[in-house]
Amino acid sequence: MSEQEPRELPEPGPPSAPQGRVLAAVAAGGALGALARYGALVLWPAPGHGFPWTVFAVNVTGCALIGVLMVLTVERGRVTRPLVRPFLGVGVLGGYTTFSTYAADVSGLLVRQEIAVAMAYTAATAVAALGSVWAAAVATRTWLDRGGRPAARPAALDEGRTA
Amino acid sequence: MTWLLVAIGGAVGAPLRYLTDRAVQAHQGPGVPYVFPWGTFTANIAGSLLLGVLTGAAVSSPVHALLATGLCGALTTYSTFSYETLRLAETGRAFLAAAHVLASLLAGLGAVFLGAELAGGFGV
Repeated sequence: MSEQEPRELPEPGPPSAPQGRVLAAVAAGGALGALARYGALVLWPAPGHGFPWTVFAVNVTGCALIGVLMVLTVERGRVTRPLVRPFLGVGVLGGYTTFSTYAADVSGLLVRQEIAVAMAYTAATAVAALGSVWAAAVATRTWLDRGGRPAARPAALDEGRTA
Repeated sequence: MTWLLVAIGGAVGAPLRYLTDRAVQAHQGPGVPYVFPWGTFTANIAGSLLLGVLTGAAVSSPVHALLATGLCGALTTYSTFSYETLRLAETGRAFLAAAHVLASLLAGLGAVFLGAELAGGFGV
């Protein structure tokens, strides 16, 4: 029942599909991901000052989703179609989340002398993003270890997965 | 129109990040074990530098949609950055994981300021 602690995780190597199809999948996913991020900013526009909540939420949700995806694909091999990771992982989630806007927003806050907000935003994004990818990966592993069903089995809780 | 520009930028930025990652990993050599995620690091810093230039140059809205929101947004990634940090931590490389986060934050911030400076400053 209990699998070993993945000390040596499988490496996310290059996709097995032909390069042209991989690039097309990444491009299509990147367009969709960028549109989703832009859509979030249209729905919840950044006020131009203060904590950039929309980009924060985009990055944290994208990190949770990649935690699920990477466990299902690279780590456990539950999803083996060769274009799934290039499309959803590299493309959609890579295009949806952004590091450049994060860095530019921090710079903007610093330039406008909103030092406390800049530091809070820097730390909060890093902590929430890493926390969400970790929590999502652990939750997905636990779910798969239980046979892929969301069954209430307390025994599965004390597998001692300390990441 | 803006939506189309964002989509085109995203469709270029994401493959550019993928090719950067592959090129950097190929440069490291096939026998070199996966240690530090230099590929994503390179894409994130390059995208931050370009976004700094665009911010400093105060480009028009359509150019901003295409290159800043679309291209820079998709060239850089927080999801892969986080996942690669998690991998480092879970494979017993906690120090590298912390160094990865700190180096990315500092280099990304520095790249934005450098780009803005090259293009004429933040204009504040």
